[in-house]
Amino acid sequence: MPTKDEIFQKIRTALVDALGVEDDEVTEEATLVVDLGAESIDFLDIVFRLEKAFEIKIPRGELFPEDILTSSDYVKEGKVTPEGVEELRRRMPFANLDGFAANPNVQDFANLLTVGDMCRFVETKLEVTS
Amino acid sequence: MRWYWIDRFLEFESGRSAKAVKLISMAEDHMHDHFPGCPIMPNSLVVEGMAQTGGLLVCEHTGFQAKVVLAKIPKVQFHLNVSPGDTLTYSAEIDHIDDNGAMVTATSHHGDRLQAEIEFVFAHLNSGQRDRTLFEPETFLKMMRMLGAFEVGHAADGSPLVAPPLLTGKGS
Repeated sequence: MPTKDEIFQKIRTALVDALGVEDDEVTEEATLVVDLGAESIDFLDIVFRLEKAFEIKIPRGELFPEDILTSSDYVKEGKVTPEGVEELRRRMPFANLDGFAANPNVQDFANLLTVGDMCRFVETKLEVTS
Repeated sequence: MRWYWIDRFLEFESGRSAKAVKLISMAEDHMHDHFPGCPIMPNSLVVEGMAQTGGLLVCEHTGFQAKVVLAKIPKVQFHLNVSPGDTLTYSAEIDHIDDNGAMVTATSHHGDRLQAEIEFVFAHLNSGQRDRTLFEPETFLKMMRMLGAFEVGHAADGSPLVAPPLLTGKGS
């Protein structure tokens, strides 16, 4: 089981390779979309690199639950419903969704995910695997 | 007109790697404009040829069932220009493949000299994203045959590569 710092370093390498950003731009607080410029297709690239680096399997939608955000059951008039927010919390225990829950605009969701969230996601996956 | 930017497969190891050759000719129309009096193979078409080498490798691994699209080129680097009369050898290797797509690294060599190196991300579109077929099975079968994949290719177990049932219409 790698240490938290080892996990962060591997994630930093994956993000530098996938997004073409500099090492020092990848901080725990940096958001993937706003700060590091990730676009939707980059998430596939990032997931592949994480799977390879940590020898884990990340099913589609686990890191970034796009299916919830495009579901007519969970999204009404551009906002995620309370049931949708609840489902997001269940699926993304590694992310702090309190701010989003207060004003759950779908468009703002992509801006939430941070490098720190990704570290916690991988830590959870590795704990489950081991 | 078909968009073929490789001439023939030299090797095709299912699920692992492929090697293809591209002979560059003055007969290619674009050579007369790129550039007038100084023909140079456009690097974008080198990328396309390498993507076709890797893309067919990924498609074959799924039995041509998945709708494979080139999603992203995270890295590309060119080291030299090539001209009519030159031969490029493209080598592609699958680094990672799963239900969502694949990562492929590829190189282009002119003789012993490294001409280009590249990294591809291919995505498998799911049925929710696209309902229509991107290519008809016959198109793939024709491409694979014309490019000699079944003459040089091997399945994962080392046996000769054969067209999957979806392409031959025997079993789909």
